[in-house]
Amino acid sequence: MKRLLAIAFIVGALLLGAVASGGVARAPLVADLSEHLVAITTGFAGTDVLLFGATDDEGDVVVVVRGPSHSISLHRKSTVLGIWVNTASMRFDRVPSFYAVAASRPLEEIAGAAELDRHEIGIEHLELKLPRAKASENVAMQWRDALVRTHVDADLFQPEVGRVAFLGNRLFRAEFHLPANVPTGSYQVQVFLIRDQRVQSAQITPLIVSRIGVQAEIFDFAHQRSALYGVIAILLALFAGWLGNAVFRKT
Amino acid sequence: MQIYLPIAEMSVDVFLLLALGGGVGFLSGLFGVGGGFLMTPLLIFIGVPPAVAVGTEANQIVASSVSGVLAHWRRGNVDFKMGAILTVGGFVGSSLGVLLFSFLRQIGQIDLVILLSYVFFLGIIGTLMLVESLRAMRRRRVPTSGGRQKLHKHTWIHGLPLKMRFHRSKLYISAILPLSIGFLVGVLAAIMGVGGGFIMVPAMIYLLGMPTVVVVGTSLFQIIFVTANVTFLQAYANQTVDVVLALLLLTGAVIGAQLGAKAGAKLHGEQLRGLLALMVLGVCGKLLYDLLVTPADLYSLGVGHG
Repeated sequence: MKRLLAIAFIVGALLLGAVASGGVARAPLVADLSEHLVAITTGFAGTDVLLFGATDDEGDVVVVVRGPSHSISLHRKSTVLGIWVNTASMRFDRVPSFYAVAASRPLEEIAGAAELDRHEIGIEHLELKLPRAKASENVAMQWRDALVRTHVDADLFQPEVGRVAFLGNRLFRAEFHLPANVPTGSYQVQVFLIRDQRVQSAQITPLIVSRIGVQAEIFDFAHQRSALYGVIAILLALFAGWLGNAVFRKT
Repeated sequence: MQIYLPIAEMSVDVFLLLALGGGVGFLSGLFGVGGGFLMTPLLIFIGVPPAVAVGTEANQIVASSVSGVLAHWRRGNVDFKMGAILTVGGFVGSSLGVLLFSFLRQIGQIDLVILLSYVFFLGIIGTLMLVESLRAMRRRRVPTSGGRQKLHKHTWIHGLPLKMRFHRSKLYISAILPLSIGFLVGVLAAIMGVGGGFIMVPAMIYLLGMPTVVVVGTSLFQIIFVTANVTFLQAYANQTVDVVLALLLLTGAVIGAQLGAKAGAKLHGEQLRGLLALMVLGVCGKLLYDLLVTPADLYSLGVGHG
C-alpha cells in the first residue's frame, strides 16, 4: 500500500512536472525510484525496486543497476592426484558487486556494441579487465566468462535483460528484483535515453542497500568491537548450555 | 519463515535451521557425540560460507559441551587434571589453527583443507569403529575363552620424561602425551569447526589408556575451553561468528539431544556404535565423492577485498 502511494506520488509529480514545463526546454529524461533505501531487516528475503520515469519524446530507455565495485579473486580447479584442487587464481579489480539491466527493446537493436561498451550496458559489455595482461586473449576470455558465470550463479549478476515497459509513449516503468543475498552499499541506478543508436541523455539515481535494526547492530558490533563480541558470544553459549542442562534435569 | 543472518549475510528458513539443529542434536544424544563433524558440513552445504560455518559451530559446541559436562561432573566422571593439561595443548593448537585458517582462506585453499581433513579423519575413525563394533557383536554371539588381559601395555610412550600422576584416571604418564594430543585436536577443532571429541575420545582410550568412564566427561570439559578459544579468535580475527545462527541451531539441538538420549536407551551399545560408524563413513564417502567428481564449474569466487 505504502509502495502504491509512493508510485502514485512519483507518477503524479512527473506528470505535473512535464505539464508545468510545457513547451519550455524540458529535461529529456526524468526518473525516480519507488524507494532509495533498501533496508535489510530480520525477515529480509529479497525485494523488488520500482523505477518510474518519463522522456520528452519517443526513444528507447535502458536502466542499469550497479552495486558498489570491489576487487575479487577467482579460483580455478584442476585435478591433482585425482582430487579437484584450486590451482590457479586471478584477481579482478573494479567488479560491480551487483549488476542488472532492463531495456525497452533487445539491447542489440537499441545500440551498437561500441556504444554499449562505452556505457557498460549489458553483461557482455561490462569492463572486466584482467589485472595483468600476461594471459593470452583466449585465456583471458575464459577467466572473464568464468567471473560472469560465478556471479550469475550466485544471483549477483542478472543474465536476463529485464523489461522497461512504456505506459503510453513517454511514461515508463521498470522493476528490479534484489535477491536475499544482495550486497550492501551505495548502488547506482543509471537510466539511459537512447535514440538513433546513441545515448542522448543519462541520469544517475543513488540507491542505498543497508542493514537496518538488530541485524545492523549485530554486524557493526561484530566488526567494530570484535573482542567484546567474541566474549559475549562465549558467555551466551555458556548460559545456553547451562539452561539446556537445567531444563533437561527436571524432565 | 525467513530470517536474515547478520554475519553469514544470507537469509535462511528458521525452521530449516531448527530442524538441522534438532536432527544433529538427536544423533548426538543418541550416540553421545558432539555432532560438529555433521553440522559444519551441513551448514556449508546449505550455503553458509565455510569460514562462518566453522566459527559459528565452535560457538554452538561451547554450549552443548557445557550442557553435557554438567551431567558428567555430577557423577564425578571428569578428570580435571587431565582436562587442564589437554586444554593447555588445545589452547596453543587452536590458536595456531585459527591463524592457519585465515591464511588458507586468503590463498583460496580452505575448502580443500577442510574437506581433506574430514575425509581423512572420518575415514579412519569410521573404519576403526565399524571393525570394533562388528568384533564386539561377534564376541557376544561366540563367548571367548577366558584369560586375563594386562591392564596396560608398556610401550615407548611410558618412557617419556615429565611424568605426572592422574588420580582420577589411575594413570602415571608423561604430560607430553596429553599436551600433544590436546595440541593436535586443537588445530583440527579450529580448522574443521568441530569439538574434536570424535578424535579425542579414541585417543584417550587407545593412546593414553584412560578408563572409559571418565573419557567422555573429560573430553567435553576440555572441548569447552578449546571451542571457546576458537570462538573468541574467529570472532576477533575473522568476524565469522554468527550468534543468531548459533542460537537457532542450539535451540534445535537441545530438544533433539533429549529425544536422542531417550531413543538411545532402547538400543544396544554395539549396534549404536555400528550405526554411528556407518554414518561417519557415509559423510566421509559423500565428501570424498565431492573431491573426486568433476565439479559443475571449475571456477569459484574467492574472498572479495573492499
